[in-house]
Amino acid sequence: MEVARFWRTTGQRYQLTGEVCPNCGNKIFPPRDVCPACEHEAKTPYTFSGKGEVYSYSTIHAAPEGFEKYVPYTVALVRLEEGPLITAQLTDVDTKDVKVGMPVEMVTRVLREDGERGMLVYGYKFRPVLAGPR
Amino acid sequence: MRDVSIIGIGQVEVGEHWDKSLRELGYYALNAAMRDARIQHIDSLYVGNMLAGELTGQEHIGSIIADFAGLRGIEAVKVEAACGSGAAALRMGYVAVAGGLSDIVAVMGVEKMTDRQGNTVTSALAMAADGDYEALHGLSFVSINALLMRRYMHEHGYSKDDFAPFAINAHANAVNNPYAMFHSPITQKQFTESKMIADPVSLLDSSPIADGAACVILAPTAIAKEFSEKPVRVRASAIATDSVAVHDRRDPLFLEGGAISAQKAYSMAGIGPADIDLFEVHDAFTIMSALSLEAAGFAPRGKGVALAQEGQITRGGRIPITTMGGLKARGHPVGATGMYQIVELATQLRGEAGKNQIANARLGMAQNIGGSGATVVTTILESGN
Repeated sequence: MEVARFWRTTGQRYQLTGEVCPNCGNKIFPPRDVCPACEHEAKTPYTFSGKGEVYSYSTIHAAPEGFEKYVPYTVALVRLEEGPLITAQLTDVDTKDVKVGMPVEMVTRVLREDGERGMLVYGYKFRPVLAGPR
Repeated sequence: MRDVSIIGIGQVEVGEHWDKSLRELGYYALNAAMRDARIQHIDSLYVGNMLAGELTGQEHIGSIIADFAGLRGIEAVKVEAACGSGAAALRMGYVAVAGGLSDIVAVMGVEKMTDRQGNTVTSALAMAADGDYEALHGLSFVSINALLMRRYMHEHGYSKDDFAPFAINAHANAVNNPYAMFHSPITQKQFTESKMIADPVSLLDSSPIADGAACVILAPTAIAKEFSEKPVRVRASAIATDSVAVHDRRDPLFLEGGAISAQKAYSMAGIGPADIDLFEVHDAFTIMSALSLEAAGFAPRGKGVALAQEGQITRGGRIPITTMGGLKARGHPVGATGMYQIVELATQLRGEAGKNQIANARLGMAQNIGGSGATVVTTILESGN
């Protein structure tokens, strides 16, 4: 991953910072500057809670370049509690235990390594919500 | 605006062409189409292609192919819209002829994929998805279709095996297509047992990567009979877009771009889905066939798979699809695929489809999809006979 591209997207990938539309209140992730619901300009930052549920999922057996060593890994569409869908990997869970509707929360993990001397790309993944203390 | 017809068609066999370069594949298809139209010259050339730069290290292929074909000096450009590049190029050629700016126009789709290793091609295909928000997270293009298929199964109550009729129908039809990559029928059992690529998408849900090129020659309908005894009219050519990332769609299980482009095309042609005799769908994955049938109005939401299970998509059914093998069995040389669909439709409408001929086919439609639905091109052709 290119250094500048890595740097300009850290807020999104580390903190799940998107936007809220000042016109209609729509919560937007990924950030896109124009509200897809009302087409009003939307540049007000909004940080998502990171909580959501699995909308759909798939386990990848044939990976793109840079992800071969992680095979098999599970990716998902997650419905964030504030509304938007987000695409991410699932982690800390056995694939066979994943279900549509399963509650998940965002964690920060290594997404990929660009070779031995390259950059470690960190970003969001989602794991099952841990049970609280009893 | 002028009425436009196809006066010549040409294609090369889809497959692994390790002995041919991209420019050679393009030239063979172009040459075949020009011979079919009995012409020596064209005004312009539109080349649909997705991955020449990424997989062959060569961009600027409009000029490369025009020059290689002995047509140095003509207008020639590449058109790119991921897997929808082929039919997108047709739309550009259609606009040029209909608008009166060009008379004889060649439109080609060409792709060269099999020189490269599997994971390199997997990464290249992921460029049809959102680079920052899908591919960065390790999603392959297959897995994006898998997310759609899983959710479709969840919402509409289907099992994975229910998708088999799409693949079985495509393979059955490819048997009689000499230009198809595969000539072997498959069974439900083979479908069930096929290798998993991105759960629930397995090998037999998926179209194969391949090399290929297909080409048509367009001309004003008013002069079409000078070149061809069986010109095929272009009744509609329409492009619509949607978000590239699935997570940005209002409803991931409805191809809004597919619905808009189909509506535009129906409106251009002054017809509706009930008038269409055959439909070439973009069956890159079985789930895409279902979503395209629903978006184009052939099945209500969630009933695209049921339509296939009822046998309505076979050659004798209500709406035959993938009549020459589709992406699944003819093969999917991504940027060329849209033009294979057009050449196959024209073959059917000229009554030259041999054992696969749809009886009395008058109106044929194709839907060529870029990415998982971000660009959708709908084309309607009519037999000139």
